[in-house]
Amino acid sequence: MSASLSRRSLLAGASASLIAAPAVAQGTAHIVVIGGGFGGSSVARSLKQLAPNIRVTMVEPNRVFTACPFSNEVIAGLRDLPAQQFTYDGVARSGVEIDFTHASAIDAAAKRVTLADGTVLTYDRLVLSPGIDIRWGALRGYDEAASARMPHAWKAGEQTMLLRRQLEAMEDGGLVVMSAPDNPFRCPPGPYERASLIAWYLKTKKPKSKLILLDAKDNFSKQRLFQQAWSQLFPNLEWIGLSKGGKVSSVDANTLSVTTDFETYKAQVVNIIPPQRAGLIAEAAGVSDRSGWCPIDPVTFESRLQPNIHVIGDAAVAGAMPKSAFAANAQAKVCAAAIVALLHNRTPQEPRLINTCYSIVMPDYGISVAGVYKPGKGLLMDIEGAGGTSPLQAPDSTRKMEADLALGWYNTITREVFG
Amino acid sequence: MKSGGHMAAALSRPGIVMRSAIGLLLLCVSASGAGAAEMPPGASSCTGCHAASPTVDTPAPRLVGLSAASIEDAMSAWRSGSRPATVMDRIAKGFSDAEIKAIAAWYEAQGAK
Repeated sequence: MSASLSRRSLLAGASASLIAAPAVAQGTAHIVVIGGGFGGSSVARSLKQLAPNIRVTMVEPNRVFTACPFSNEVIAGLRDLPAQQFTYDGVARSGVEIDFTHASAIDAAAKRVTLADGTVLTYDRLVLSPGIDIRWGALRGYDEAASARMPHAWKAGEQTMLLRRQLEAMEDGGLVVMSAPDNPFRCPPGPYERASLIAWYLKTKKPKSKLILLDAKDNFSKQRLFQQAWSQLFPNLEWIGLSKGGKVSSVDANTLSVTTDFETYKAQVVNIIPPQRAGLIAEAAGVSDRSGWCPIDPVTFESRLQPNIHVIGDAAVAGAMPKSAFAANAQAKVCAAAIVALLHNRTPQEPRLINTCYSIVMPDYGISVAGVYKPGKGLLMDIEGAGGTSPLQAPDSTRKMEADLALGWYNTITREVFG
Repeated sequence: MKSGGHMAAALSRPGIVMRSAIGLLLLCVSASGAGAAEMPPGASSCTGCHAASPTVDTPAPRLVGLSAASIEDAMSAWRSGSRPATVMDRIAKGFSDAEIKAIAAWYEAQGAK
């Protein structure tokens, strides 16, 4: 670390002259990336691949990344947490310098990032990939302390294991209550995949138990596919949408009760998937708007609110593209190419992006939604006629194939991003 | 289910897939060099599912090492619905002939390096 620190201070000392340079020569450009998830790690590595002379510094507080995709399988006991975890050795091997700390302040005008240890990084361009933060308090009674009794498990790690342990400890015959938030939020099909896998777990391990999913919406991702599977497989799962009184108005962590406008549910295990916003550093950088999310240019992913700052992944307002790991990775690669073009005074090419999200309903039963996107009307738009969900009528072999493709996707993307 | 079903069958060419792991590793390194800057629109999304590394455990076939013609044929067939698919039919419909041609040529060129 000391070598890295001294190198940094030397460069920080030289930065004033770099900023004053009229054009950015490739060899001297410095890109800072905040966030080491699927988006941040992808953009950092892509930049080094596309232009090895660019200096790339990634700022990430955790030494080990814990992936959200497939973490619902961990909750259901189908998978263990280490299968979700990756070090940053591969990212570092690509030539990315990594500072394992928080970014505490961003000065967009001076193009400076201040880290928690006081180090100042200057950048030519900054990429924010901060993921989500929970809007603590947006749901009455749900603060950080409450999440220790009623886990959200919407950031994978200890929260994931807490929910799994609670399900394992619950006596057969217990009631599990989940709540899903209104749009937008990380991983649109995620709550319904989780409900499926918890229902499967209860059906196989605690058959007298029941799951109620309270939803702040009437419509959700892959809805017909999920509901078809539930009606065929999981009589122990009851979904209550907005118009049936599914919107949760408050929770009480002490009594494990969840209250809607119509009813109070007293449960043995409660999983609250709360309202969310862009990772808090986005607000410090001035790139999030009143919605809490970050509007971006759909060609370069540059912020609409601050020049020279790009936002990718869950934090960005990406139009039709969902907040998914696949999307964050696809956006990262487009953003990296755009940044390299901009550094060379070239016009970035108009991108095409793809997203594919698989959900696991139970072992050997996968379903998917896919989309292809292009810039339009200032956002990323669905290309008409493309994309959509798995067929409603399909043989077991198709569901099995999609479950296998889901795991294949996870193996592929985690190798590309962290391998 | 390591066959990869129809996708691998449709895209694989004997001989090409038999290259040594070391050879492929070198290809990947060269693919990530300066030439990568000219990647045509859409191509960078493919590696979300289609691994660059030959050692990843997945039913989705690698694209590097395939001929442009085989990629174009598969994409056209998925787009028209003449070849069954799980996901690629939905994705192929998002690309024009010219876009598919450019992406196919780019992946073929990575294999030729």
